Amino acid sequence: MAIVAVQLGQCGNQIGQEVFNAICSDVRGTHGLCSKKENESYHDACKERFFSEEESEVPVARAVLVDMEPKVISQTLSVAARSGYWKYDDRSHFCQKQGSGNNWANGYSVHGPRHKEVIMNLVQKEAEKCDRLGGFFTIMSMAGGTGSGLGAFVTQCLRDAFPTSFILNHVIWPYGTGEVIVQNYNSVLTLSHLYQSSDALLVHENDVIHKICAQLMNIKQISFRDVNQVIAHQLGSVFQPTYTAESALHYGRNPLGDLMETLVPHPEFKMLGLRNIPQMPENFLAYSTFSWPGLIKHLRQMLIANAKMEEGIDWQVRPPRLGSSTPSSHSTNKPLHFNTSIANLVILRGKDTHSVDLGSFRDPSLYTSWLSPQDAFKAWKTPRAFNKYEKSATLVSNSQFLLKPLDNVVGKAWNMFASKAYIHQYTKFGIEEEDFLDSFTALEQVISSYTSL
Amino acid sequence: MTQSVMVQVGQCGNQVGCRFWDLALREHAAVNKKGIYDEALSSFFRNVDTRSGGDGPDIYKGKIYSLKARALLIDMEEGVVNEILQGPLRDVFDSKQLITDVSGSGNNWAVGHKLYGYQYRENIVEKLRKTAEHCDCLQCFFIIHSMGGGTGSGLGTFVLNLLEDEFPEVYRFVTSVYPSGEDDVITSPYNSVLAMKELNEHADCVLPIENESLFDIVNKIHHMVNSGKLGSTVKQNSLVTSSAGGAKTAQEKPFDAMNNIVANLLLNLTSSARFEGSLNMDLNEISMNLVPFPRLHYLVSSLTPLYTLADVNVPSRRLDQMFSDAFSRDHQLIQADPKHSLYLACALLVRGNVHVSDLRRNIERLKPSLHFVSWNQEGWKTGLCSVPPVGHSHSLLALANNTCVKPTFIGLKDKFMKLYKKKAHLHHYLHIDGMEQSCFSEAISSLSDLIEEYNELDATKGGPRIDPPRLQIAV
Repeated sequence: MAIVAVQLGQCGNQIGQEVFNAICSDVRGTHGLCSKKENESYHDACKERFFSEEESEVPVARAVLVDMEPKVISQTLSVAARSGYWKYDDRSHFCQKQGSGNNWANGYSVHGPRHKEVIMNLVQKEAEKCDRLGGFFTIMSMAGGTGSGLGAFVTQCLRDAFPTSFILNHVIWPYGTGEVIVQNYNSVLTLSHLYQSSDALLVHENDVIHKICAQLMNIKQISFRDVNQVIAHQLGSVFQPTYTAESALHYGRNPLGDLMETLVPHPEFKMLGLRNIPQMPENFLAYSTFSWPGLIKHLRQMLIANAKMEEGIDWQVRPPRLGSSTPSSHSTNKPLHFNTSIANLVILRGKDTHSVDLGSFRDPSLYTSWLSPQDAFKAWKTPRAFNKYEKSATLVSNSQFLLKPLDNVVGKAWNMFASKAYIHQYTKFGIEEEDFLDSFTALEQVISSYTSL
Repeated sequence: MTQSVMVQVGQCGNQVGCRFWDLALREHAAVNKKGIYDEALSSFFRNVDTRSGGDGPDIYKGKIYSLKARALLIDMEEGVVNEILQGPLRDVFDSKQLITDVSGSGNNWAVGHKLYGYQYRENIVEKLRKTAEHCDCLQCFFIIHSMGGGTGSGLGTFVLNLLEDEFPEVYRFVTSVYPSGEDDVITSPYNSVLAMKELNEHADCVLPIENESLFDIVNKIHHMVNSGKLGSTVKQNSLVTSSAGGAKTAQEKPFDAMNNIVANLLLNLTSSARFEGSLNMDLNEISMNLVPFPRLHYLVSSLTPLYTLADVNVPSRRLDQMFSDAFSRDHQLIQADPKHSLYLACALLVRGNVHVSDLRRNIERLKPSLHFVSWNQEGWKTGLCSVPPVGHSHSLLALANNTCVKPTFIGLKDKFMKLYKKKAHLHHYLHIDGMEQSCFSEAISSLSDLIEEYNELDATKGGPRIDPPRLQIAV
């Protein structure tokens, strides 16, 4: 089944291009560490998923590029084509001349309706190229105007036009200390709207990735390109082909569906976090060895202690002992900082994955009581190594990972809203105070739900 | 890609504008090696085939034939505009972009606004429409003028009004030169306050400039260059005040260096809209992020570095120094000290080989020493443009919405009241058709209200931070 990517705004397009790059270079590589047959299966599955069969020397990415100003898209198209290994369809993009001015209302209420038909036509065309449509993967930032506002509108349109398809929104959480002053308003409006039409929100935080670049990748002068490449690697590690428990002989054909089924049992809980280890500069890889027990142990502790990367993990945090209290009681009996999960997905790639013991992830004390640990935890595997890492483990988690960042953003936005600052910029385009209040209410609900896990 | 139109009004406006076009050509020439008319150029220039004599059609792609500035030059006396038309920039403008008269406005806002405004209204509207028609997607009008005189101040604000009526969707950014302390125009307080009312009500963003600050900066550079205190040599043509390599007049007028600074301000402001970068900052984003309440749209600007040392490799420390300088009082373009007042919002537009990590490091470093309003503690807007200005490897433009503009406005109000109480020179204004006492009282009241809004914000500074209680959800 094929996934159609929708890249929205500057951030969405810059990241999207790196994602296709990462996927392509992984598939091309000879570092698969597996049999030729395996490699071929992997290659075919990947190609079906992300690239379309067209008369072209290089694979054509299944993507629609949308932005309200032309500079970024033209750069994205040309950088992709220059790689010589893949490209975008020349007709699958839409842009205008003047951007959204970091104004969510402009993106949602003005650009959205105005360009709905053209954009949805492009999406329809890409969808028709797929033998079987597996769903949509949108990439956007929350801080700006196009990715956030137009992105929320387009997601709604996708939901209306494709009621039975899966929609996964990849959302970039901006740096805490501003990239955009009104980023908290834009974020609140985006999240509350996405929650209604999307199936799940997969979040990457700029601050976290920045730290990974600084401390793990040893990059001295970090550019957005570096950040985007780490994000692309992490996304690739989730969406490249794998075997699942249900599909043990063939590469899974419904990655989005499987993801949703595993991780989103309840529509109130859609926030997914991502962790991937190990991460290091490429030239270190040859000198490093990892053991699966070690990687699994680290990943599990990262989950429990809500660590953002594999350095600086708090090993003191332990799950609560079952039987000593009812799991749903409010924090009093739970150890501090313990991250409760609803469901988890671990993806293992590389050498000896078949023999890895994942029992520690099935520990019922990690989870809420709603699902049995068998249902709350799933593992996908492939012996085919990813992106030169001999062993690589990824965790996609529906847990309290994003509770604190969400609470922060809502708090700051509320603070600003109380003084009515910048509101005139939004009412100018038709988003009223009422709409803000609705969004705040919706998100406080989400915060409350995740807090009481 | 969007286009912007420059409207230069009065002697000051036209002199600054002239420097702007000179530097803009120089900047694009440095970047555009192939002579192809590209999107970046089209933001400020039209490409016209003038071979057939007269004004040929616009050419949107391909080779550059003849570049024409998207500008309107307005002055009620001919001297300055004539000089521009006889100078090296004569081919950049054509006669259809000029509106001139002979007698000037006599440093009288009423003459500029009411008399000439009424007289030239049709003409101005028609020429504006023509310029707008040549634009694919017109985003912004830039007005350059001074506040203290008659034409720039009066007619300039009249044009501002016109722009709002005729082109309500297009942004209006105004660069206003405020009168200096020892200004020799007696009526400048009247002119400035009358103009302020118009700026309050009709501008999207105002960038106030004070001659004293420009003068101090020019002197500082002069000092640094000549004192030999610097270890390595300073690259002469990298000075933010220099027009070396551009169209040079026989003698550099004393104001040229100062005007170059303002021209550079405008170039930097629009750089991210014209050139690519990893984090673009368009003009509409500036207005969106820096104007929390409609009337508080006065932005204090600062440009660094003022010069580049010949040393090409930029160590982190020097880069960090650039950021620190942007917040120091002597780099501001008005007499103000933002560090000791309250920030409502701040924007940093970086050009050249600077990365997001440099930006973040410096924001973290400088934040503790700055006071931000309680509801906007992380009020930073950032932009990264890959193309540096000519002669530099990197540069920074800081725009601050800060209560440090208040003293400038209070100064204006005081000087105004001194004259007004005695009704000095009032008759020169009142005998102009359309001008009444109420114009004065409304203007001073508008200014007082503005000052009061800043006062209220200042009152919150340093006080206890009380966050409003969050919404409670019934579980």
